[in-house]
Amino acid sequence: MLRPDLQIIRTWIPDGTRVLDLGCGSGALLANLRDTKGVQGYGLEIDQDNIAACFESGVNVIEQDIDEGLGNIQDKRFDYVLMTQALQAVHRPDLVLSEMLRVGHEAIVTFPNFGHWRVRGYLFFKGRMPVSPTLPHQWYNSPNIHLCTVRDFEAHCREQGYRILQSMVVDRHHEAGVMTRFLPNLFGEIALFRVAR
Amino acid sequence: MPDIIPADSVGLVTPTTLHFDQPLELECGRRLDAYELVYETYGSLNAARSNAVLICHALSGHHHAAGYYSMDDKRPGWWDNAIGPGKAIDTNRFFVVSLNNIGGCHGSTGPSSINPANGQPWGPDFPMVTVRDWVSSQTRLADALGIQQWAAVIGGSLGGMQALQWSIDYPDRLRHAVVIASAPKLSAQNIAFNEVARQSILTDPNFHGGRYYLHDTYPRQGLILARMVGHITYLSDDAMRAKFGRDLRAGKFHFGFDVEFQVESYLRHQGETFSRNFDANTYLLMTKALDYYDPSRDFDNDLEAALRQTECRFLVMSFTSDWRFSPQRSEEIVNALVRIARDVSYAEIDTDKGHDAFLVDIPEYLKLFSAYMRRVSIEVQDAAS
Repeated sequence: MLRPDLQIIRTWIPDGTRVLDLGCGSGALLANLRDTKGVQGYGLEIDQDNIAACFESGVNVIEQDIDEGLGNIQDKRFDYVLMTQALQAVHRPDLVLSEMLRVGHEAIVTFPNFGHWRVRGYLFFKGRMPVSPTLPHQWYNSPNIHLCTVRDFEAHCREQGYRILQSMVVDRHHEAGVMTRFLPNLFGEIALFRVAR
Repeated sequence: MPDIIPADSVGLVTPTTLHFDQPLELECGRRLDAYELVYETYGSLNAARSNAVLICHALSGHHHAAGYYSMDDKRPGWWDNAIGPGKAIDTNRFFVVSLNNIGGCHGSTGPSSINPANGQPWGPDFPMVTVRDWVSSQTRLADALGIQQWAAVIGGSLGGMQALQWSIDYPDRLRHAVVIASAPKLSAQNIAFNEVARQSILTDPNFHGGRYYLHDTYPRQGLILARMVGHITYLSDDAMRAKFGRDLRAGKFHFGFDVEFQVESYLRHQGETFSRNFDANTYLLMTKALDYYDPSRDFDNDLEAALRQTECRFLVMSFTSDWRFSPQRSEEIVNALVRIARDVSYAEIDTDKGHDAFLVDIPEYLKLFSAYMRRVSIEVQDAAS
């Protein structure tokens, strides 16, 4: 079974395309895309347990740290460059996003929305850094060093001239409801965006 | 000496020698009219003949890659930590073939073999053989064993170059190429180290222009020096510091040129052992094969063009502290393959063991290697059923 956010991304990617997955984890999405859509993909990963899992499922995986750039990959090599739940954990999300749109025609990113009402409420009422099921870490050990809100991301795209081709905001069960549709930055816990330059 | 053969060993093994009468045309323009290849096999070939794996050896390599010859053996074969039941190259799943290349000195035809033209050892008259020649001779061995397609061709260092060459020259004869601690060609620095090694042999008074067999001697000092300098480049600075530091054998300075530091003692010992077990002409020849290797030469120096010939999937692995065949050199192969949309996976193992790491029992390395090979074996089973 594919993780629900990956299930959504899966439907955004057409058959027979070329895909690069940054921080591909165990390679589940790439294996699924290969088997069901004939997608030729590569994953970049730094965790060796994940790399071993990719090996076992026959997914192309390359040990490479996204924070060190994608300089070894030529322009527009891929149709889609994905990064799920990692944008907030890289050193420079703006540079990574720009690199994603250099090596790929389109980029697909997902991230936890820091504008969710529960996050806002946590900070407002408790006066402490928010901890929630989607953001389970403490301020001192969190890998999420560049958290942003849906509105932040949209503003960044506007400033950089990226076009938002598709977006979706879901709750932590990866379901979209009336509230997430009307007030995504307040009710969405996870945001999914497909953008192009 | 093993008191009992370990359960994860291939056990007692015996090499086989095969004679080939079909002349082998060599890259240098000469040819070998007939030659012998010595090899070992571990595990058993399945009915579909689809589970065979070829092991290509490195510079000072040997066909004895796994198991023991007798209960008196001090050590098993050179890659015993990777080959055996339940190991990365699992002999319960694979039929493993490991040979000594032509030009070698462990039974396959080489400079120390008898030249049929004059009844004397070939010595310096033995033709220069290249990686491509080795691969071409290995196809003959595959034919003789009835193996049309290898499940994988695997090698480290110079062996990795052979695996890469297989993928270019015989794309439909292998499903996977596993290229470990290797490079698409040597750097100037690498050739320089080889040249120092060669010069130390060539200038040894006992070398006799390569005809030392007739003088009942061999260039012992030259081989020792060659191995000493080579060995330094196979280890990392950190590993040497950890292993020897500045430790002294006698605990104090003697103010002379005898062995004082432990590292000196170790290097001399390594050189000594090597000089007794390796033929100088073979060493010269194999270092040249390394230097000459560059599959892009036939393709306008374009590695991508060379790799466009390939159809197999690749696993490339490197080691962080390997400065003789650095991770960057492996990444050249990986990047070229990604550019031309070939299936490739790459792992860089964090270790202080230097170039020698590919022979060492490093858990993360063997775990990744095992994971990849499990996938290979599943594909083999799927194809056979």
